[in-house]
This record gives sequence, C-alpha cells and structure tokens, in this order.
Amino acid sequence: MKQIFSILMVLIMGWLLVSLVPLGQPTEPGSVAQHYIQHGVEENRGANLVTSVIVNYRGLDTLGEVTVLFLSVAGAGFVLRRRDTGLRHRCRPSSEIVQTGARLLFAPTLVFGAYIFVHGHLSPGGGFQGGAVVASAVLMLLLADRRIRLPHLFMNWMESMVGFAYVLTGLAGLIVAGSFLSNQGLLPLGTWNTLFSAGVIPVIYILVGLKVGTELASLLDNMIDTGRLYASSEGDQP
Amino acid sequence: MIYLDILMCVLLVIAAAVAMGVRNLVSAAIMVGVVSLHVSYIFLRMNAPDVAMTEAAIGAGLTTVIFLVAIRRTEEDER
Amino acid sequence: MTDLSPSTLYLLTAIALIVIGFAGALIRRNLLKIVLGFALIDTGLHLLIAALGSNPDRTAPILNQPSLLGNPDLVVDPVPQALVLTAIVIGVGITALLLSYVIRLYAVRKSLDIREFGRLKW
Repeated sequence: MKQIFSILMVLIMGWLLVSLVPLGQPTEPGSVAQHYIQHGVEENRGANLVTSVIVNYRGLDTLGEVTVLFLSVAGAGFVLRRRDTGLRHRCRPSSEIVQTGARLLFAPTLVFGAYIFVHGHLSPGGGFQGGAVVASAVLMLLLADRRIRLPHLFMNWMESMVGFAYVLTGLAGLIVAGSFLSNQGLLPLGTWNTLFSAGVIPVIYILVGLKVGTELASLLDNMIDTGRLYASSEGDQP
Repeated sequence: MIYLDILMCVLLVIAAAVAMGVRNLVSAAIMVGVVSLHVSYIFLRMNAPDVAMTEAAIGAGLTTVIFLVAIRRTEEDER
Repeated sequence: MTDLSPSTLYLLTAIALIVIGFAGALIRRNLLKIVLGFALIDTGLHLLIAALGSNPDRTAPILNQPSLLGNPDLVVDPVPQALVLTAIVIGVGITALLLSYVIRLYAVRKSLDIREFGRLKW
C-alpha cells in the first residue's frame, strides 16, 4: 500500500515537472540580466560577470548564504559534539610515503586554492571554489595522518574575523556610497581585466574564500576526527 | 557534439538509477559522485565554467567524502 | 533525434535525476540511501536551474575579450549560474547536517532502518 502510494507520488512529481518546465527553445536573459551583461563591466570592472553578480549585485544574498553555511556546519558540529569516552578507534597509521606526500602537497594545494580565489574576478573560480580546494588540502592532511589536530582556536578566530570583515566592508560601502556592499568610491576600480581591479570584489571574494575554507575544513574535521564517539554508554534504549 | 551530450546524459541517468538500486552503500555513494562529475561536464557544456568548477570540487569531491565517512561511522560498531 | 536541442536534453536529464532521487528517498528504507536520494534531488535541481538559463549559441559570461563588451547578445544569462553556484555550497552544508543526524541516530538505535524510528521519543 505504502509502496503504491510512493510510486504514485513519484509519477505525479514527474508529470508536474515535465508540464511545468518549459521544454523547447532556450530562454532569453531577462531585463535584469540584460543590464548586468551590458553595464556590468563599466560598473564593476570585473571580467567575470558571475562573480560580479554574486559579490556585488547580490552581495547581501551571499552574506546570508555564508551565514546559512556557518549555521549548518555549527549544527553538524553540535550534533556530533565530542564526548570524551576515552575510546578512540584504532586504525592502522598510513605509510611513511603517504604521510610525507600529503605534507609535501599540502602547501601547494593551499596556494592553488588561494590562486583560485584571488583571481575570481578575472577567470572562472572564486571564493567558493577556492575555499573547497583549501578544505580539500586540509582533508588530505587529516586522512593521511590521524594524529594531526587542527588549530581550532585559530580557525574559530579567523572565521569570526573574516565574517566580521565582510560586514564591515558592507558598512563601509553604506557610509561612503550610500548602499550596503556598494562598489562605488570605496576602492579605485582600476582597469578592466587586470589583477588589481574591480574595487572591493576581490577583497570580498578573498574573505568568502577564507570563510568557506575554514568552515568546510572544520566540518570535515568534525565528521572524521571525533574518534569513536558515543560509546556503548550512550546507547540507552527507551 | 550532441551525440556526446546524449551519451553523457544517458550514462548519468543510468548511474543515478544504479545509485538508488544497488545494495552496497559504498557503491551507491561512489555512483552519486559519478553523477556529480557528469553534471559538472554538462555545466561546462552549457557555458557555465564557474558552476562546473564548484560542482566538481564540492559536489563530486567533498560530498562523496562526507558520505564515505558517514558510511564508515555507521558500520564500525558491527564488527 | 537531430532536432533535439541541448537545453531540452539537459532539462529532461535534470527531471530524470529529480524523479530518480525522489523515488529513492521515498522507497528505500536505509537512512543513508534516503540522504543519497536527497543529494540526487539537489544535483538535479542545480542542473534544472542552470539549464533554464542556458543557450548553446552564446558564450560563457566572462567578458575578458574586448569584442564581448557591451554586447548583450553574445553572453548567456549569468543570474541562474550565480544562484546555482551558491546553492551547491548550501547543498553540501545541508547534506552534512543530514548525515550528522544519521550518525547520531545510529549511535542511539544501532540501526539505519527508518521503520525503527517511528516513535518520536529516542
């Protein structure tokens, strides 16, 4: 009975999707997108329009989005919070080659992530992608050597400071140009398609990259490195 | 090029069906990662390189890793 | 088959992904399988939103050549791409939160079967 109901629901969902989605000719950009495409470069001097939309035109949206990411990571950390049961799962340490290789690759991967989020306004990439690469570097280190403990105090500090700096940049735009996260008049816009251009966009994207990187890294640390939490004392049956 | 696209889309749907059908959880998680990687290729084909990078780094990389970690942590007590 | 436009193909693929993920989340009983189904729905929705703004005749919204400047007919719509970009990052956070709950539930009940969790008290 339940199975039949489920299949019916799936069929209804599929029918709704097929009838709602306009299958056919590709859509034209709307009037807002037309404005972004036509005036995006002269307003922001950033070559990558997606970055301009994310960081400048919808910067408040991105601030909320980073907050949602922070909340979900904090929720995961709360649910998985460490209980010192004294039991840590015992796993075979990885070989010398893996550990050395991970340590050797850690710094270049961090630099690569930084490269991605510094050049977010010029080429594909940006804070979210670079942050993910930074988190991957930390993940590699965590998987190669279980004895490594991340500097939690430093990471918490950096995460808070970076979020604070994001809001501060927005407030500076509010004071100087009259709108939150404005790009006009705060920093020189520079010339199009060079590294030091686009005003506050690279600054904000670097902050986003650092924040996403530390958040994802602490998420992975929470999920991997809690040892064997909830030993048998926790499993009380009601 | 359209034939390559059709091939990728068919492979993607097959991988998704296998991910939902297979009994082994590790295979299912890997198949979801494969779906994300194919979707990343499709994003590249629809001229969205930013989204393709994000999907490849986060959808195919980090999501698969956290699924594998969760699978290991929910079966280690059985041994 | 030659009159199939690429965006129609992508939209159909996205719908197939959403339906498969939805079916898996409804029919499967393993909690991890349900979360995998939600991840598939997530991926399918990203593909759907991005495909709605795609156009095979236009190039990527990165204006790094002078010929692209101020010419709105050459570039695809950047807004759906920006939305999808942030949605992917949110998606990994939500998936991690779901998986944390699964790990926690497993620690309490030592089971991943959703029929074990019928009662509200645990």
